[in-house]
Amino acid sequence: MKRLTTLLSTLVGLMSTNVFAEYGLNMTEGVTSISRDIYDLHMLIFWICVAIAVLVFGAMFYSVFAHRKSKGAVAAQFHESTKAELLWTVIPIIILVLMAIPASRVLIDLEDTSKADMTIKITGHQWKWQYDYPTEGISFISNLAQSSKDSVNDDSNKPENYLLEVDKHLVLPVDTSIRFLITSNDVIHNWWVPDFGVKQDANPGFINDAWAQIDEIGTYRGQCAELCGKDHGFMPIVVDVVSKADYAKWVTNQQAIAKAAADSANKTWSKSELMAQGESVYNTNCASCHKKDGSGMPPIFPAMKASPVANGAPADHIGLVLHGKGGMPTFKMLGDADLAAVITYERNAFGNTGSVVQPSDVKSAR
Amino acid sequence: MTTATDTTATGHADHHHGPEKGLMRWIKTTNHKDIGTLYLWFAFTMVLIGGAMAMVIRMELFQPGLQLVDPHFFNQMTTMHGLIMVFGAIMPAFVGLGNWLIPMMVGAPDMALPRMNNWSFWILPFAGGILLSTFFMEGGAPAFGWTFYAPLSTTFAPDSTDFFIFAVHLLGFSSIMGAINIIATVLNMRAPEMKLMDMPLFVWTWLITSFLLIGAMPVLAGAVTMMLTDRNFGTAFFDATGGGDPVMFQHIFWFFGHPEVYIMILPAFGVVSHIIPTFARKPLFGYSSMVYATASIAFLSYIVWAHHMFLTGMPVAGELYFMYATMMIAVPTGVKVFNWIATMWKGSMTFETPMLWAISFVFLFTIGGFSGLMLGIAPADIQYHDTYFVVAHFHYVLVTGALWSIIAATFYWLPKWTGKMYNEGLAKVHFWWAVISVNVLFFPQHFLGLAGMPRRIPDYALQFADFNMISSIGGFAFGASFILFTYIIIDAIRNGEPATKRPWEGAKGLEWTLDPKAEYHSFNKPPSRKLIEQESQNS
Amino acid sequence: MSEQEYYVPHGTYWPIIGSIGISTLFIGLANQMHGVEWGGSVMGLGFAILVFMMFGWFGQVVNESTNGIYNKQVDRSFRWGMSWFIFSEVMFFAAFFGALFYARALSVPWLGGADNNIFTPDLWNAFSASWHQMAFLAPGTELQSGTVMSFPEVPATGIETATPAMVVDPWGLPALNTGLLLASGVTLTFAHHALRAGHRNQIVGWLVATIALGVAFLGFQVMEYGHAYADGLKLTSGIYGSTFYMLTGFHGFHVTVGAIMLTVILYRVQKGHFDADNHFGFEGVAWYWHFVDVVWLGLFVFVYWL
Ligand code: HEA
Ligand code: HEA
Ligand code: HEC
Ligand code: CUA
Ligand SMILES: [Cu+2]
Repeated sequence: MKRLTTLLSTLVGLMSTNVFAEYGLNMTEGVTSISRDIYDLHMLIFWICVAIAVLVFGAMFYSVFAHRKSKGAVAAQFHESTKAELLWTVIPIIILVLMAIPASRVLIDLEDTSKADMTIKITGHQWKWQYDYPTEGISFISNLAQSSKDSVNDDSNKPENYLLEVDKHLVLPVDTSIRFLITSNDVIHNWWVPDFGVKQDANPGFINDAWAQIDEIGTYRGQCAELCGKDHGFMPIVVDVVSKADYAKWVTNQQAIAKAAADSANKTWSKSELMAQGESVYNTNCASCHKKDGSGMPPIFPAMKASPVANGAPADHIGLVLHGKGGMPTFKMLGDADLAAVITYERNAFGNTGSVVQPSDVKSAR
Repeated sequence: MTTATDTTATGHADHHHGPEKGLMRWIKTTNHKDIGTLYLWFAFTMVLIGGAMAMVIRMELFQPGLQLVDPHFFNQMTTMHGLIMVFGAIMPAFVGLGNWLIPMMVGAPDMALPRMNNWSFWILPFAGGILLSTFFMEGGAPAFGWTFYAPLSTTFAPDSTDFFIFAVHLLGFSSIMGAINIIATVLNMRAPEMKLMDMPLFVWTWLITSFLLIGAMPVLAGAVTMMLTDRNFGTAFFDATGGGDPVMFQHIFWFFGHPEVYIMILPAFGVVSHIIPTFARKPLFGYSSMVYATASIAFLSYIVWAHHMFLTGMPVAGELYFMYATMMIAVPTGVKVFNWIATMWKGSMTFETPMLWAISFVFLFTIGGFSGLMLGIAPADIQYHDTYFVVAHFHYVLVTGALWSIIAATFYWLPKWTGKMYNEGLAKVHFWWAVISVNVLFFPQHFLGLAGMPRRIPDYALQFADFNMISSIGGFAFGASFILFTYIIIDAIRNGEPATKRPWEGAKGLEWTLDPKAEYHSFNKPPSRKLIEQESQNS
Repeated sequence: MSEQEYYVPHGTYWPIIGSIGISTLFIGLANQMHGVEWGGSVMGLGFAILVFMMFGWFGQVVNESTNGIYNKQVDRSFRWGMSWFIFSEVMFFAAFFGALFYARALSVPWLGGADNNIFTPDLWNAFSASWHQMAFLAPGTELQSGTVMSFPEVPATGIETATPAMVVDPWGLPALNTGLLLASGVTLTFAHHALRAGHRNQIVGWLVATIALGVAFLGFQVMEYGHAYADGLKLTSGIYGSTFYMLTGFHGFHVTVGAIMLTVILYRVQKGHFDADNHFGFEGVAWYWHFVDVVWLGLFVFVYWL
């Protein structure tokens, strides 16, 4: 009911353009020069269409009103007029040319990625994003947040930013011209953050680029915008745009974490450590296909429970998770420790009776 | 089977006896009216099936969270909804209208190739059956969108996809044969006295649509064939690891797909060009420019396909070209809209049911056209692409465009098909119910799209909740309107008042010179020049 | 004869039989591909039904035709039908030619970094973007390091990694085949002239020559496939192999169908079904054969030569 009341007030407020933006009725203006250009272009064409519509529909409804038989209208018999027809061919052409000029300008501008100060690499996976900072040597995966996953079937208790929250945000500096290199590891995805005016297909085997220079500090959210299979609706994007100083701090911090992870891969883990770590890696990375309880969704996604691979030779299991097979993506981008943990988990959870796999095993199998 | 001994009669006898009795009449028929009827009922069944799937979609989207179906099944629903509506409902409905009307309109006894006509239809139930049977296979029905982009539909799709591929092949055979038949009928069966520029616009639009079908459907067959070999025989058309490109699939698909959407709208333009002059009691304005505009739209439709692919990473020159070409289509389409309005202008209008549908077609289709134009602006499409703005666009052109014209045509020609009149009062109730609910259903989707809701998702963020609820409510109301529609049609067939030869005062066209319920074989004697001139839209 | 009314046939069973046949064929084929054991036999059954349907349906048409039921207008309907059917075939081939041009002019260069794909080569290890001798991308190729950073691999597919050791030399068998097909077009035209002049024996001679040329073409084509396969150019060797075999394969299939149709025509000529000005069956098949000819010229230029 509350929703409907808000809605009614929205409809009442529809008249003023301010309200347009506030209630999410219109396209966002965004925080980059591109997104603003696009917004302006959108409004320009929109109002042109409205103007044409008023004229065209005005004429039609006037005629419907005035030239009805019940009002005694007698039908005229004219059925052509070269002048009129020429007019309504030429005028639309002129209008279209006028639209095409700003459109071409914006298009050429946004396709020009040559002026970038830094590069971010974005890889789509079913159904998560991988972000790489090549010069900084940072790389991580960004999954739908657990809070959203938990409440998908729970209508009474939706968290804030339901379906628009992830476990690890992409962090970017403000006022910096950023080039995004976008690709995919499996099917086509599309990386879209409306506030940046960036939306590019992620094609497997090819790299597309886009750029943005973000003017305002803040958190921005987006979603995958190309059907990519079962959980297409569940691979959001969250970007924290921070000051340049905060960004530098964040980078050092991340590098330290990465180093610690690499070190931990050199030690030998106990089985319970592996199982605990493995469960969380499994739930974030694997459960979307193989299900939390390991039952999978046969025949597309095989069950882990009693899987011949999970109960077979460790080398095959490691190889499969590292390199993928058919619909099973590669998980090479996970660290040795995480991989060892998740493989050990799969081999020992769900009633399976496989061996323990150590990070060193994964390392040597790479 | 006609035997060789039938020579002396030279098939003459056939013309005077009526249809066979029972089920065999429908299976064996070579009569254009029977086949038209079969097509129309088939299409109607498919609207109900595809619409039921749309209802599942709208129920799941009624509120945030997953309530009814799981995401995989949801994707099957959207995919099959799109496929069934496009290939099962709209296209067969237009072929059905073409079958019924074209021979009558050009003064012919039947279609040019009657046996092939039967086959065009009788492939469809098999294709539809194979398509629907995928629901019961391992891995479920196609779940990769009606556009079935590789590699989601190749490497990442279940085995049932190969059945889908063969179903598409069959649908293609059917459409190509249907189109060939219509071309042969129009060009060869036309009354000797009828010049091309005497032909009614429905015939013109269908003739041009046939060229689109013959040009586009084989390309679709090629696309699915490449899918088949990529999936099963290790070719690399859509796989970069072998030098191919998934985006190549999209180019081939949309080379078919864009003409396809005009296949679904050109005959609609034809229908509306009959109804508006009738109820305005005024000749159609700009007959010849209508013909040229239709031809230009058809031509342009072959050279704009990549406007569906602005975000695939095309070089900027390609994007500019496809943007300009796309914008051009507004010009001939505008000519059509303006001509319809000029036809109404200074007419003497009445608003029987077909006219209500036709006027609302002009209004709502144009809205869909405007959003199409906005989508065609490449930079703006960055924000629109794959959102509900696109969904709103294409439902305005497809539901309140193509489907609208089919409903309008049904009311307009029903008297000629059945010899009976429908219940005008109920039909008006139905119209207002449908026209209001359909806007409640699809208009809010513009807002959803602009606010950033992607399409093809089973669940959404909380800020999209209100409009989705409204849209769903509109959807249920619109869906229920089909129950009334079904009742009106069946009631008319069973209990309708007998119709006159020409139930609409201002109607022109050879079909209205036939019996109230058109004879089983339309024109055994071609109509005279005088009659043709009297009934021509190009007066 | 042209005074008769347009012949509208009675009801017919053939279409429904055809629908059942082709559906059975497809269902069998799909199951066969998925390794279902009965797939092959069901496919065969479907094929048999289709052949039965064609004999029946075409037989009926031939009967009606020889009995003079068809007037000139019916004949024209058949002509429109056949020409637009051939046009639809042209468009079918166009899809594959389109794929060839696209891969050659766009996607392969893009993989090598052309146009706006300057970053794409970072995904691939030592890839050289040249058409015939394209170094095929190995599934699981380690990605080039250095430039930006290494990428996860693209999923493994069934595609062969070997570079084809050979490109078919256009001036060998393909040139010979071009000659054969062109010659067959000429002989067929002679047959047509003979038909119009009413010289039965000459028709038969020229037709037999045409069929023989077609069969010789097919034989050489099979030989060439053998060589190519032995030298490592396979259907699975990447996009070059894909376009090569799909285009030549569909063409070969059309030649086969054309040759069968010519044989039927030969039979009908001997049966005396045609006369000097009433022989649509012959002409329809001739159009088809010329179409197949023209497609070959396209193949020769774009697949073998350039
Ligand atoms: C009947 C079907 C139909 C019709 C007629 C149209 C008509 C048009 N369509 Fe639409 N379209 C679809 C069906 C249709 N479309 C479908 C199904 C999809 C989605 C496919 C998918 O992805 O699943 C789609 C998607 C689609 C896209 C891709 C969007 C995206 O995915 O990002 C684009 C982009 O350019 C587009 C453009 C157009 C244009 C410019 C027209 C024009 O023809 C419209 C022209 C009409 C007018 C403009 C109005 C009348 C004109 C005047 C009154 C004259 C004066 C006007 C001016 C000068 C502005 N359409
Ligand atoms: C060609 C025509 C066509 C038609 C007529 C329709 C009709 C409808 N469409 Fe369709 N639609 C498409 C073509 C069409 N659509 C295409 C091509 C897509 C894209 C698919 C893709 O993404 O791949 C799509 C996608 C699509 C979506 C987006 C899905 C997504 O992206 O996730 C939605 C969502 O609302 C939708 C809704 C509807 C509704 C409510 C109707 C209604 O008009 C339907 C009304 C009809 C009925 C309801 C049936 C009749 C009544 C009964 C059976 C009685 C029972 C009644 C009740 C239970 C109330 N459609
Ligand atoms: C995108 C969906 C998806 C995700 C996510 C996924 N898998 Fe898989 N997995 C598959 C598919 C599909 C197969 C079947 C592959 C085949 O045999 O063709 C599979 C197969 C497997 C198998 C072999 C099972 C058997 O019995 O054959 C193992 C082991 C496995 N996956 C482990 C994992 C692990 C570990 C993770 C997470 C780190 C994971 N999977 C994440 C889709 C997925
Ligand atoms: Cu990833 Cu949709
Ligand atoms: Cu389009």
